[in-house]
Amino acid sequence: MARKILTEHINVPGIETFDVYRKQGGYTAVEKAIKTMTPEEVVEEAKKSGVRGRGGAGFPMGMKWGFLAKPEGVPRYLVCNADESEPGTFKDHHLMKSIPHLLIEGMIISSFALGANKSFIYVRGELMYVIRILEKAIAEAKAQGFLGKNILGSGYDLELVVQPGGGAYICGEETALLESLEGKRGNPRNKPPFPAVKGLYQSPTVVNNVESISNMPWIINNGGDAYAQIGIGRSTGTKLISASGHIQKPGVYEIELGVSVDEFLNSDEYCGGIRKGHHLKALVAGGSSVPILPANLITKTAAGEDRLMTYESLSDGGFATGTMLGSGGFIVFDETACIVRNTWNFSRFYHHESCGQCSPCREGTGWMEKVLHRIEHGHGSMHDIDLLVDISKKIEGNTICPLGDAAAWPVASAIRHFRDEFVWHITHPQEATAPGAVYMGEMALV
Amino acid sequence: MEEVKPQLLKITFDGIEVEVEPGTTIMQAARKIAEADESQGHLVPPAMCYYKPLPVSGGKCRACLVKVTAGSAKDPRPMPKLVPSCITQVQDGMVVENTTNEAVLDTRKSIVEFLLINHPLDCPICDQAGECHLQDFAFEHGSVKTRYEEERRTFDKIDIGPHVQLHMTRCILCYRCVYTADQITDGRVHGVMNRGDASEISTYIEKAIDNDFSGNVIDVCPVGALTDKTFRFKNRVWFSKPEDAHRDCDKCCGKVTLWYRGDEVIRVTARKNTWGEVNDFICNTCRFETKQTSSWVLEGPTKVKRSSVISANKYRKDLVKKPDFALKLAATQFKAIDDTRPYVTDEDTIRHQSIENNDKANHRSLAANNN
Repeated sequence: MARKILTEHINVPGIETFDVYRKQGGYTAVEKAIKTMTPEEVVEEAKKSGVRGRGGAGFPMGMKWGFLAKPEGVPRYLVCNADESEPGTFKDHHLMKSIPHLLIEGMIISSFALGANKSFIYVRGELMYVIRILEKAIAEAKAQGFLGKNILGSGYDLELVVQPGGGAYICGEETALLESLEGKRGNPRNKPPFPAVKGLYQSPTVVNNVESISNMPWIINNGGDAYAQIGIGRSTGTKLISASGHIQKPGVYEIELGVSVDEFLNSDEYCGGIRKGHHLKALVAGGSSVPILPANLITKTAAGEDRLMTYESLSDGGFATGTMLGSGGFIVFDETACIVRNTWNFSRFYHHESCGQCSPCREGTGWMEKVLHRIEHGHGSMHDIDLLVDISKKIEGNTICPLGDAAAWPVASAIRHFRDEFVWHITHPQEATAPGAVYMGEMALV
Repeated sequence: MEEVKPQLLKITFDGIEVEVEPGTTIMQAARKIAEADESQGHLVPPAMCYYKPLPVSGGKCRACLVKVTAGSAKDPRPMPKLVPSCITQVQDGMVVENTTNEAVLDTRKSIVEFLLINHPLDCPICDQAGECHLQDFAFEHGSVKTRYEEERRTFDKIDIGPHVQLHMTRCILCYRCVYTADQITDGRVHGVMNRGDASEISTYIEKAIDNDFSGNVIDVCPVGALTDKTFRFKNRVWFSKPEDAHRDCDKCCGKVTLWYRGDEVIRVTARKNTWGEVNDFICNTCRFETKQTSSWVLEGPTKVKRSSVISANKYRKDLVKKPDFALKLAATQFKAIDDTRPYVTDEDTIRHQSIENNDKANHRSLAANNN
């Protein structure tokens, strides 16, 4: 069995309560950090661990903490990004509802490290019951003296606030999240200034994902070096993967980074293989926004090496033959899935979720969705395919926040790898629009 | 004590060096070049959302994206993405490419396309036509054809207040009016609702904007989305003649432009600078209620660029300077005649060749139709 850091105790009955969590060794990391360490030492451990942001971008967390400006007399904030809304990603939800104290413990340690006296957990509004679980857990921790004034007699104060969002995907972008947290419309801000300099209420702010922060208790208990030994190269530690789609056992799995994609997909410990009688067609490895991969590029890279579940291996070959680990939303498609329909569906999502601030994203996402809708419903023409590629190129990289990229990549990659399927939809509109019809051309070759 | 002057930063913009103060944006540096030498006006990136007098505006329309090929003297690496010139501050030794970079021009073309796909293109009946920034932008950077085949987004017209009409269908969501309403008046009732391409400028539950400076949203609007109800459908702007004037006003600066048709003042607006920006906002009394020449002290005709449509038919033909873009266009399209065919004078041969050519042309068009 692989090592578990986040989900080790997740199945213990009653782990959502303070008492059971404490019995399983909970809050010892807070005691260790606050009583025996300085904030700088905690930051140092985070840097040593090499833990990378688990929200999707994969930026090293310790380094992000290092960028935090520390002007005198200005408060600093830690904000936990629990606005997990990427289609295909549901790991934070699982973590927060099952073992809320892990996040709270991580928040206390991280806030202590950054010198924040008020920290926020911004949870997406649809997860109201998770918000109640978190609030209950915070009340318990407060009653036990782990939150509030003078934590464990150290003189360090911390107030933890759970803020429900309005349910907008864009508020998962860190600056849009901060705007929303301030009570404004959730529009991403222009950067610079970065949140580390001017974030929440124009004060230095760090925004971290739930999973990143939840790694902190283990890192403090076992040391950053021990964490760095798990995984391969710059992909250290473990990662929660939300597996969904046409597999035997969908669910949230904690893997050590470096497990091969083949093992993750086919071993009984994880996904358990493609559902019986079907075979693999495509894979989205890191949530809906990363490029889709066709079957021949999933377990092997273009160079013929085994593809591993690491940041580097998944992005091997760039976007031409690779993808990204992203937030770990592992969506598997067998041969019954229609790529055009799926791409249209993703595109519809981004059209709906664009904030409407920058012109390329506001107009481009809607345009792509309409063209894809047309192709899927048998009204496409050949030049629509190149039109889609062109629109996606014009959106990519030209917007304030990465939502534009996220909307462009799935479309561009689907056309790159499954162009014949798009062509078939256009040349055979009647067959393509028949109920349950799927293009089998490529599958015949496998 | 001697005044300490800030260290000036040197930046190269399209090959032209200019020194600017720290904190200047790339756009301001480009404008500085153009202000020093009028013939360089075409170098300045277009701005659809950025409005200098309104802090925090900009960065949204992406029309002004430029390529930074060297970040600074200290770190001469190029910036990976195109950057919005209106909000990117210059660094010493920065090298910026605007009109000299293909990728920038290509992106700009696509921005026009994006802005126009949901725009009604009702210029023939739009009051803004002739002084519309989107028209200028599309004229200079856009394409003649559209690739958009779907239905365009439409909205109902909304009356916001007694003087202003909102025609959301024309809006390009630059947020200028939102910042104007926010920054020059108290009590926020005006903002953006909804999301993505469904987002719209609106007032709080269709509440009227009711304050003395509400009319300024009309001036800042780059398109015809916010129009002056006292002027709607009265006239085309290029038939009216602008005159600078002022009066003593207890609410605002009182510096305005009067727009004449004959002897009648048909419209009053704030004064706009070279970049189409209002520096001194005016009150509603001056704008909507003071339309007699007797109330104003005239200062003389407003200086309008000769290339502007507003100055059409008002100046002697021999003095009108052709706009730069036309000359540039002609220059780029100019091709030396490259005909290697033998020079023939025999009539039969010529007739035969022309029949042959016609046949070829017919075949080509047939083939194109069949595709």
